[in-house]
Amino acid sequence: MSASHAHSDHGHGHGHDEVPGAPHVSFGGYAVGFILSVILTAIPFWLVMNNVIASANLTAFVILGFAAVQIVVHMIFFLHLNSKAEEGWTLLALIFTLVLVVILLAGSLWVMHHLNTNMMPMSVHDMSNMP
Amino acid sequence: MANAHAIATHGADGRPLFHDAKGEHHAANGTLLGFWLYLMSDCLIFACLFATYGVLGRNYAGGPTGAELFDLPLVALNTAMLLFSSITYGFAMIAMQRRKKAPVLIWLAITALFGLSFVGIELSEFAHLIHEGASPQRSGFLTSFFALVGTHGLHVSFGIVWLTVLMIQVGKLGLTLENQRRLLCLSMFWHFLDVVWIGVFTFVYLMGVLP
Amino acid sequence: MSEPSNLTSLILGKLSWDAVPFHEPILLWTFVFVALGGIAIAGAVTYFRLWGYLWREWITSIDHKKIGVMYIILGLVMLLRGFSDAIMMRLQQAWAFGDSLGYLPPEHYDQIFTAHGVIMIFFVAMPLVTGFMNYVVPMQIGARDVAFPFLNNFSFWMTTFGAGLVMLSLFLGEFAKTGWLAYPPLSGIAYSPGVGVDYYIWSLQVAGIGTTLSGINLIATIVKMRAPGMTLMRMPVFTWTALCTNVLIVVSFPVLTAVFAMLSLDRYLDTHFFTNELGGNAMMYVNLIWIWGHPEVYILILPCFGIFSEIVSTFCGKRLFGYSSMVYATIVITILSYLVWLHHFFTMGSGASVNSFFGITTMIISIPTGAKVFNWLFTMYRGRIRFDVPMLWTVGFMITFVVGGMTGVLLAVPPADFALHNSLFLIAHFHNVIIGGVVFGLMAGIYFWFPKAFGFRLDPFWGKCSFWFWLTGYWFAFTPLYVLGLMGVTRRMSHFEDPSLQIWFQIAAFGAVLVACGIACQLIQFYVSFRRREQLRDVSGDPWGGRTLEWSTSSPPPVYNFAHTPIVHDIDAWTDMQKHGYQRPESGFNAIHMPKNTGAGFIIAAFATVCAFALIWHMWLVAGAAFVATIASAIVHTFNYKRDYYIPVDEVVVTEEARTRELAAIHG
Repeated sequence: MSASHAHSDHGHGHGHDEVPGAPHVSFGGYAVGFILSVILTAIPFWLVMNNVIASANLTAFVILGFAAVQIVVHMIFFLHLNSKAEEGWTLLALIFTLVLVVILLAGSLWVMHHLNTNMMPMSVHDMSNMP
Repeated sequence: MANAHAIATHGADGRPLFHDAKGEHHAANGTLLGFWLYLMSDCLIFACLFATYGVLGRNYAGGPTGAELFDLPLVALNTAMLLFSSITYGFAMIAMQRRKKAPVLIWLAITALFGLSFVGIELSEFAHLIHEGASPQRSGFLTSFFALVGTHGLHVSFGIVWLTVLMIQVGKLGLTLENQRRLLCLSMFWHFLDVVWIGVFTFVYLMGVLP
Repeated sequence: MSEPSNLTSLILGKLSWDAVPFHEPILLWTFVFVALGGIAIAGAVTYFRLWGYLWREWITSIDHKKIGVMYIILGLVMLLRGFSDAIMMRLQQAWAFGDSLGYLPPEHYDQIFTAHGVIMIFFVAMPLVTGFMNYVVPMQIGARDVAFPFLNNFSFWMTTFGAGLVMLSLFLGEFAKTGWLAYPPLSGIAYSPGVGVDYYIWSLQVAGIGTTLSGINLIATIVKMRAPGMTLMRMPVFTWTALCTNVLIVVSFPVLTAVFAMLSLDRYLDTHFFTNELGGNAMMYVNLIWIWGHPEVYILILPCFGIFSEIVSTFCGKRLFGYSSMVYATIVITILSYLVWLHHFFTMGSGASVNSFFGITTMIISIPTGAKVFNWLFTMYRGRIRFDVPMLWTVGFMITFVVGGMTGVLLAVPPADFALHNSLFLIAHFHNVIIGGVVFGLMAGIYFWFPKAFGFRLDPFWGKCSFWFWLTGYWFAFTPLYVLGLMGVTRRMSHFEDPSLQIWFQIAAFGAVLVACGIACQLIQFYVSFRRREQLRDVSGDPWGGRTLEWSTSSPPPVYNFAHTPIVHDIDAWTDMQKHGYQRPESGFNAIHMPKNTGAGFIIAAFATVCAFALIWHMWLVAGAAFVATIASAIVHTFNYKRDYYIPVDEVVVTEEARTRELAAIHG
């Protein structure tokens, strides 16, 4: 039994030429993803550079929404994310991570906002008005 | 649950089997999942940097603000560089699926060029900012800006080094199973960096110029 | 300070003879002792011509069993250092009242309590826990190794070299004086201009990379490499807790990496993440570090809960009560551990709304742990309990840990915490849960799995002695601290004015001496067990009547673990096999595919450590060169495609036939 295994290490020894679990890719998929990404990038840039929406807060909200959608587009069309990959573990790991990222971001912003308000007064006036 | 082949769990007589006598079970390769898990850990590093930027991002310390500093057209150009590099890597993967080594190498090279453009533009942006006095040492806002954007740029740079090494390895050994696995990992890495960049250009640059 | 030539300072940075603590007698004599010991060991290894053996069989090994053993050795060696720090602190605090200043000046004492915390958490508890998961999990799931054996070796050396950097700080430079979490601004360059905090940062960054990669490795192993028929809900409980622990590692250690990177940017490049001026915010450090810190304590305790589950079911001769609820409780703890972090800084000023949210989540997280305790108790109820040493540790754990959990719930109430934060009550609480939970679990695990790893049991008499010393020692050492904390005494003090407090510290010091006896008993236990190993020999592979697959192998197992991959039909797979009259196959073996040993992990980790050392001492040229060498050696390694081999059939046959004879000798 020859020990030269340039083709596979842990892989199935059945002469498969393809990585098991590799996503199937197509030109169409990448093209759709690309075009959607271009659109979803151009619009936010346009909104901000041209001050289209009066309210800064609303603008921020809208462009964050576009970012979220574009991230999903990238996940589906470029990262080939689906519920079957690695028997669902890929999606589960992503969802779990995203939940924790949200907790980290929202939690930190909430906590730090409160800490800053209570502990970083900007002037003597602010200090004397604290409870 | 781990292997794709159905191993017989009971004998012909219906009694349970307790060992894989024929040696048919092969432990599945965990590289793709393992790399995905590494990317999840990287998500958390970026989340920390985003959170820090979120907290420190308006601490101008009397210095320049995002509205004053950010050159949005340049950022749009850089975004385009990265997006193009994503699509060219996609073309490399299509060629890999067809087992065509030469197109794989060509598309990888083009991806590297777009990646280098991205890093180059970013470095020149940083140099310009520092020249203007907007260095990372100037304020909490600039510290967190350089850290977040710089970390992303460092990742892209490592990706380019990795890509170069892979080009050499594919050139030498061809599209072996192991090299395909590595190309798939780099694919995940590359697209993941584009995902992070979406967050960067939205949260840092676009929101940074808003009042 | 003399100004050396530019080239010298470029190469040597801040390093000079001033860095060696010639003027500190304690350190000087420690160095002499360590150096002599090191020379003796190196001499013995040379005399017995074991360098080649060590390199081939251990240093370059990618076998999860050997790596697991090495992790545990690392943890136990570092326990001696961390405990020495503890004894020194107890002695100082029992002594230094009023006019008496004790024997440790504050700047020395501060390094000791910092090092004590860093070492105990990162270089004792983490390696021990990682060692157990490495050793046990692949066998429990019926696999032959972990998913990424080379990465496993690399992770181990990164952890070990991180520990080496901390140890080096004793003899070259200084260590941090900031406490084990190194809050800025104290840890910033302005208030800690020396190399101490840099040693802290870089040793933990190096070790942290190892830990994160190990987390990825074990998750992939558990997800992808389970034996046929082992569904998730048929996995042993220890494997479940290992899975959740490694998930926590992968999602929390990156936060530590990021925070330390930011702190080091502040120190090296004068940035403003956590500074007081120009827009930094030191409170953000505290926020982020505890987002890591709380999951970290669950990383430490969950595997130990798993160990106790295995021990309780084995020594009560019963299936674990409430398997599903144990699994769900572990998963709930994993998720909730990410929602409580602010309870570590209630007093920093976030206000009532934030504090009450986190106070409530903290109380909620105690519930699944309580469910686990009930499950262990219900397993014991009507079981045929054998009070072997592991069961003693388990009962000791149940009593001690529950008290610690209760003081935790007390601290979870923000108004109470305002009085108790950073008092000795807090110190007592976390030592209560860490010693009662983590340490007791690890000691139980060592006794439980030692025969599997080495083929002979540990001596039970010395095991019982060590248990009783540890148990009484813990209670004597920390109950006074609860009392002192309730009286308002603050942590991390090297000197006190109020003489009425001294008796409590003296009792605590006595407790520490008892623990020292416990540790001494364990060292004696290893020695005596080795000497008596023929009498303590276990040939069956299953000295305790174990229930999971690792007990189906020989002790020690062959390098490939299982000649045939097991097929699993139920929880407690080994018990199930025996119940069905399983016959071990004595023929029909195949060649076995295994990964090769490699020196790449050791080499890459060594370069990374040289880079870290150089960064600590501002040796920029060396740091740059070492960084390039690290990347280059990693790239070179990727050009090695021939990483595995086949164990020939004949060799498998010989090993298995020896096992057949071994088993026949017992039954014959």
